[in-house]
Amino acid sequence: MLEVKDLHVTVEDKAILKGLNLTVQPGEVHAIMGPNGAGKSTLSAVIAGKDGYEVTQGSILFEGQDVLEMEIEERARAGLLLGFQYPIEIPGVKNIYLLKAALNAAREARGEGEIPAPEFMKLVREKSAEMQMDTSFLQRAVNEGFSGGEKKRNEILQMLVLQPKLAMLDEIDSGLDIDAMKVVAKGVNSLRSADRAILLVTHYQRLLNHIEPDRVHVLVDGRIVKSGDKSLALELESRGYDWVLEESVA
Amino acid sequence: MNAPERFLERLNARREDDPSWVAARRQAGAARFAAVGFPTRRDEAWKYTDVRSIADGDFALAADAEFSPERLAACALELDAHRLVLVDGRFNAELSSLDALPAGVSVTPLSQALESNHEQVGGSLGRLAGVDFSAFTALNTAFADEGAVVRLAPGTVVDKPIYVVLVSRANAQAVMSHPRVLIEAGARSEATVIEHYAGEDGAANFTNVVTEALLERGAIVNHYKLQEAASGDLHVASIHADQGRDSRFNSFNLNLGGSLVRTDLVTDLNAEGAEAAYYGLFFLQGRQHVDNHTLVNHNAPRTFSNESYKGILDDRSHGVFNGKVYVKKDAQQIEAYQNNANLLLSDRAEIDTKPELVIYADDVKCSHGATTGQLDEDAVYALRTRGIDAAMARGLLTLAFAGEVMEQVKLSEIAERVERAVAGRLPERFNLADLVETAEAVQEA
Ligand SMILES: Nc1ncnc2c1ncn2[C@@H]1O[C@H](COP(=O)(O)OP(=O)(O)OP(=O)(O)O)[C@@H](O)[C@H]1O
Ligand SMILES: [Mg+2]
Repeated sequence: MLEVKDLHVTVEDKAILKGLNLTVQPGEVHAIMGPNGAGKSTLSAVIAGKDGYEVTQGSILFEGQDVLEMEIEERARAGLLLGFQYPIEIPGVKNIYLLKAALNAAREARGEGEIPAPEFMKLVREKSAEMQMDTSFLQRAVNEGFSGGEKKRNEILQMLVLQPKLAMLDEIDSGLDIDAMKVVAKGVNSLRSADRAILLVTHYQRLLNHIEPDRVHVLVDGRIVKSGDKSLALELESRGYDWVLEESVA
Repeated sequence: MNAPERFLERLNARREDDPSWVAARRQAGAARFAAVGFPTRRDEAWKYTDVRSIADGDFALAADAEFSPERLAACALELDAHRLVLVDGRFNAELSSLDALPAGVSVTPLSQALESNHEQVGGSLGRLAGVDFSAFTALNTAFADEGAVVRLAPGTVVDKPIYVVLVSRANAQAVMSHPRVLIEAGARSEATVIEHYAGEDGAANFTNVVTEALLERGAIVNHYKLQEAASGDLHVASIHADQGRDSRFNSFNLNLGGSLVRTDLVTDLNAEGAEAAYYGLFFLQGRQHVDNHTLVNHNAPRTFSNESYKGILDDRSHGVFNGKVYVKKDAQQIEAYQNNANLLLSDRAEIDTKPELVIYADDVKCSHGATTGQLDEDAVYALRTRGIDAAMARGLLTLAFAGEVMEQVKLSEIAERVERAVAGRLPERFNLADLVETAEAVQEA
């Protein structure tokens, strides 16, 4: 589904990703862990298409398509969606506008017509309820004045409405209290299916107790230096990153 | 013949049965206009606005007020209101509905007020907007024979908005009109008055309106000026309010249409507790030119004003905001806030903005500011990552910018109308009208 090969990325002439390889198959959940500044958010930003990142080498394929050749919105419409580590506030743009415009854009790309209003309303109400968000949030500006946890729930709400094929969730667990974590995890788990995949960036095993990963990767200094199954996360939790570093240098 | 003479020549064709005081006023207006002529860009107040397209025009006076309900429905708001319709400056009785006014409220076409009740009208008319305010008020005074006179007896609260529709038709010969609106709000009375400048596509007329609002103690007037004339229309307006103790004047100046528009808005806060709020939105495309000159005079202690004007400028449009707050000596403990924010959607759009505070008292709370910027590109990116194309993302953000003023608009018919206009009239690439409808539907559900 997603194939990242030998990816080299520089930001303002500084090398951040230095030959990163990652393959995600449909149905899988992958977790990416690693120290601060390793390049985790950079990887997701490059996949999503943010400006300012120069790919100097390597490739990214999504369902066989060359992601780097696609416009930002085309990537999203193809089903590649990023949940931000720091969702930004968009004053004045109602959540409901964003959801409807985004959903219709994706439908149009799939050759489906616009969603009928009653169906849309039913859908957003249902998904809001799943995220335990009052429908008043729909009329509020995107993330404006939302608490940290509310912003994260709002990111997942967008995912639930848009149903991406590959959801990349960057530290979706940060800033969540214990109950919110369960709500968010439940939302993410509901996205799991045989033909979808999820890429989680996290620092904590906590989230992985709720969303069990198939693969765990350790990203250090722009490369994935170790991959394993879910037990790797547990090991990292107890031992930190130093041993992985030593192992990879050796 | 120079331009003023050419304009005034049309006066000669007027009927001669005006009451003598009206005739005297006309003469004073005409004399003043003949003396000063049209302003030029050498006049400080007209520095950015060239009125040659008006001065060089050839405008007749409309011969009739013919208009059909269908044509009205095509441009007017569907509003449960007391309605007075002027067509190219002439009163259309059939299209008006003024039969259900509550006790203590009168809404009369100016022509009738001058005939039947001229002493009373004569006392107030021109009190706030004399012939020396500007060449255009002088010209208006010379010609004005139609408009709306709104009177509220003390303590009356008008159940529905008073909706004055001023239609500009697509005529073979361009016409001019000089409507006059007079609002006399008695003590503790309350009303919403809408002046809606609506037009037919292809209209290229000149409207020169003067509005005066007198607010007695505790009166509340919500005044809307919704300007949606066709893209060829020329429009000059001045709005003057005079406020007594504890009165409140809420002005909404929403400008979508017209090729050349100038609006002057002046409030005198004359007694303690008087409060004025100015909300403005101008949305310009093509080569539209809109000039807003606002003035708040804090003439008494403990008076309050708050102003927020937003401009959205696309293509090669040109906007002007000149906002002045004047605090008289010894007008202590006043609060005055003023802000003008502008969004430029194109490199070739231009805004001249000048917020100004002139303060002769020391115990005051004042702030003012102006910002001009482009859309937030991070927000554009965030929306695009959800599959929304760049054009629509920009449209949504533009709508959001307008929304900050529009949320002050309590009349939902107007708020929705403007929101749809901004959404729908953004270049095709921005078409969001469907979206706005959905949001309304969700809200109502
Ligand atoms: N715009 C930029 N300009 C300069 N350096 C940048 C820029 N964006 C990212 N970097 C640098 O790239 C490196 C990787 O950043 P990135 O945000 O990808 O790390 P991360 O692994 O997500 O870290 P964290 O766990 O703290 O979120 C950091 O050293 C960061 O300072
Ligand atoms: Mg990060």
